[in-house]
Amino acid sequence: MDRTERQKKIRNFSIIAHIDHGKSTLADRILEYTGALTKREMQEQVLDQMDLERERGITIKLQAVRLTYKADNGEEYLLNLIDTPGHVDFTYEVSRSLAACEGAVLVIDAAQGIEAQTMANVYLALDNNLEILPLVNKIDLPSAEPERVKQEVEEVIGLDTSDAVLASAKNGIGIKEILEQVVHKVPAPTGDPEQPLKALIFDSHYDAYKGVIVYVRVIDGTIRAGSKIKMMATSKTFEVIEVGVFAPRMTMVDELTVGDVGFVVAGIKNVKDTRVGDTITETKKPALEALPGYRKINPMVFCGLYPIDTSDYNDLREALEKLELNDASLRYEPETSSALGFGFRCGFLGLLHMEIIQERIEREFNIPLITTAPSVVYQVTKTDGERISIDNPSHMPEVGKIDYIEEPYVKASIMVPNDFVGTIMELCQSKRGDFINMEYLDANRVTLTYDMPLSEIVYDFFDQLKSGTKGYASFDYEFSGYKTSKLVKMDILLNAEQVDALSFIVHRDKAYQRGKVMCEKLKELIPRQMFEVPIQAAIGQKIIARESVKAMRKNVLAKCYGGDISRKRKLLEKQKEGKKRMKQVGNVGVPQEAFMAVLRIDD
Amino acid sequence: MHRQQVPRSVYVHIPFCKHKCYYCDFNTYAVQGQPVSDYLHALELELHQTVEQLPPGQIDTIFVGGGTPTILDNEQMRYLITMLEQAFPDRSPSLEFTMEANPGTTAPDKLQVMRAGGVNRISFGVQSFQNELLEAIGRIHRVDEVYESIEWAREAGFDNLSIDLMFGLPRQTLDNVEQSVNKALALKLPHYSLYSLKVEEQTLFHTWYEQNRLPLPAEEEELAMYRLIMHKLEAAGYHQYEISNFASPGKESRHNIGYWCNHSYYGLGAGAHGYTRGRRHVNVKGVQEYIAAATAGLPIAEQWEVSREEAMEDYMMVGLRMNEGIHQAAFREQFGVHVDTVFASQLAACIENGLLERTITGFRLTERGRELGNEVFAAFVGVHV
Repeated sequence: MDRTERQKKIRNFSIIAHIDHGKSTLADRILEYTGALTKREMQEQVLDQMDLERERGITIKLQAVRLTYKADNGEEYLLNLIDTPGHVDFTYEVSRSLAACEGAVLVIDAAQGIEAQTMANVYLALDNNLEILPLVNKIDLPSAEPERVKQEVEEVIGLDTSDAVLASAKNGIGIKEILEQVVHKVPAPTGDPEQPLKALIFDSHYDAYKGVIVYVRVIDGTIRAGSKIKMMATSKTFEVIEVGVFAPRMTMVDELTVGDVGFVVAGIKNVKDTRVGDTITETKKPALEALPGYRKINPMVFCGLYPIDTSDYNDLREALEKLELNDASLRYEPETSSALGFGFRCGFLGLLHMEIIQERIEREFNIPLITTAPSVVYQVTKTDGERISIDNPSHMPEVGKIDYIEEPYVKASIMVPNDFVGTIMELCQSKRGDFINMEYLDANRVTLTYDMPLSEIVYDFFDQLKSGTKGYASFDYEFSGYKTSKLVKMDILLNAEQVDALSFIVHRDKAYQRGKVMCEKLKELIPRQMFEVPIQAAIGQKIIARESVKAMRKNVLAKCYGGDISRKRKLLEKQKEGKKRMKQVGNVGVPQEAFMAVLRIDD
Repeated sequence: MHRQQVPRSVYVHIPFCKHKCYYCDFNTYAVQGQPVSDYLHALELELHQTVEQLPPGQIDTIFVGGGTPTILDNEQMRYLITMLEQAFPDRSPSLEFTMEANPGTTAPDKLQVMRAGGVNRISFGVQSFQNELLEAIGRIHRVDEVYESIEWAREAGFDNLSIDLMFGLPRQTLDNVEQSVNKALALKLPHYSLYSLKVEEQTLFHTWYEQNRLPLPAEEEELAMYRLIMHKLEAAGYHQYEISNFASPGKESRHNIGYWCNHSYYGLGAGAHGYTRGRRHVNVKGVQEYIAAATAGLPIAEQWEVSREEAMEDYMMVGLRMNEGIHQAAFREQFGVHVDTVFASQLAACIENGLLERTITGFRLTERGRELGNEVFAAFVGVHV
């Protein structure tokens, strides 16, 4: 088959959905149906490879797989299914993998209907000019209302749903139908194999033997072993060692050409040289311009990671190095805290990303961690005109040197049943949100749009949103820009010593309340010591709240009876074990949770 | 070295009481319907096997504890004492032979049996001089019986007497404690033990505590009680030689001091702990189970080798309970190393905290350290093990 003929038979598509609407199950069934994997080989949700992903039921790293499908018209098609991560932290990755496709299957839960991420994903797909194929999933649920959901999709999104596939991925219903639609409705890739190479990087992962494996979609030109390639954004050049496809295991092929989705191995040592969204071209015949849409993504949320046991510092660094190999968006640099010692300031795309990294370090690398409360990046303009970015509250300059502070805002879209509109508005207002818009999806459901400080979202917004709406609200946000805010740094003093790791930034109007609650929270969390521990919250020199942990006065086993020494020993060991999990700050033993206490302040 | 000591102390456990006090989690059972004689036979079997396996040398201290050993009738008491005589015939001229007793269980004739059998020290579980408190903690005796018992004991020729008192009891006030201590001191005994209540799991008190029905004094108040006790006992001429123990000079409990010096001891009877040849063991706990086990062999439930490291830690953990603390020379004699080397950072930290201090010969708790002893003991536990 020549290249042009072959190109006509390629269909590149993605599956997009709100979390839990059944995306991964659908992907599994498609793999099974097309025989990419036999049932026996099939492991539940093969595309979600990490344990954590499977546990949390979310996709973190996206994957691509090549399938062959013999359509009803007798023709055999090459389908490339590109899985996308399903969380707001990874919006950029989703947009890039969508850019690698011509079509997207939009999965909507037949009971729940459209949710916030459904909308966000549809917009991303529309931005990338994809053919969107609606699929109403879970139609066999007792609560399924496929007709209502179809109508909602027509009204809210404006998609024609007359051909929408009614499916139950779980029970294999509608799989063939959606594959037929992919073949007939999703356009074949356009592009010219003779043009200079343009291949879109939509993911990469690190392999201990081969180095970085770059996931690409070829737009124009051809790439093969021996090609000398250049990353257009980073200007790094490499020689291709091998190219291949995921079928679904990695399989070498001679070349990747227009429309192909596959991998490139080129002796690349660092995943940061292969940025998602970057364009690969050939050095000898370079493309004039890169593919659109590339963005250098910056971490939005920062926190300090410190080993509880200082001797784990090097292990922690190695763990971060290893994680970074696979995660171009993870940022870290050494930092020192007078309270916590040596650790790392780490930047993440969002809270979920942060939690995942923490959990992996503790689980896979077995390093107990102290995590400081997450912070956003503040832009500070000093009185001398200098502008600095602050990602660690303790680095905030003193009040007298600050002209003004700007903080990141996001546009938050919250989709919620009618009954909860009041609750949500109250919540958003208490989180300093500026109301933008309210839109009725149908008679019962509303989308509220607020402009909100990202820092407020970081502080338990999501939990409050869920608990305030009995779990019915769905939520999505995107960065909207920086705004000037009246912010102050709150310092916490334990035993009259400032604990840098406990400092946080807070809006001036809320400072008093937050300081007070923070002191109370810490009083609960810090166990009694051998001396009284005063807890103070201060802005600059001014103490605004105080509490104290009363001293332990008497703690001694009265009796050592009948020579039963082992029992005493066990008791004392238990007492000691509790202490080990604490960080000594000065001479005060502070438990892990205390450093996250600021997150648990309910307004 | 710590493994080579031949035990010079014997602990014997009598796991019977009239009934169990509300705070008690010791291995003891209400005596009614219990096969006491069978138990004593089993104890004799254990004794024979034990001394056969590890022949004793000269015995310095014997401690019969419980339970309430004096719940035995005269015949049983005689039997117990005789079997101990036969098993441990070589006795130091200064043998300390203690028996625990409960007021109300020591009639003059029983005291005679004990006296004749060599018992020369009695430790009475008095606990309080207030009837309401005695009742509230489930004791079987009343204050009158305390006086009576002490008088009878003296008449029977016992002069080395001790009483236990408790503080930190539910609804107990500082005044209560002071009164009890005054009354105790008025008896002019050579030895007093004053224990603070600890609510142990699997006691009635624990159940009440969990249900918020145990009005314990606040920690601050309990501390005041402890300080009052220390003050009054010292003022009356008794010196504190351990966290909870006070004595006239020369009347300290040598048996207990043996535990605190990490010396070895035979442990006999149901649930008893022994420490011989560098091994610790715990006997089978239940009465029937013990009887069955002792008939078949040694009634050991669990035993383990104490590593040198563990022994060093134990040494610190129990040794520092004593007011004079631990002696470097004795530590070196047992373990062949300097305590400063083995526990350098732990010692330094506790000194820094003001909980430990150096003496000419070693280390001891400061006054503060005595009140926060667990902080010190815990520092030495799990360091090398």
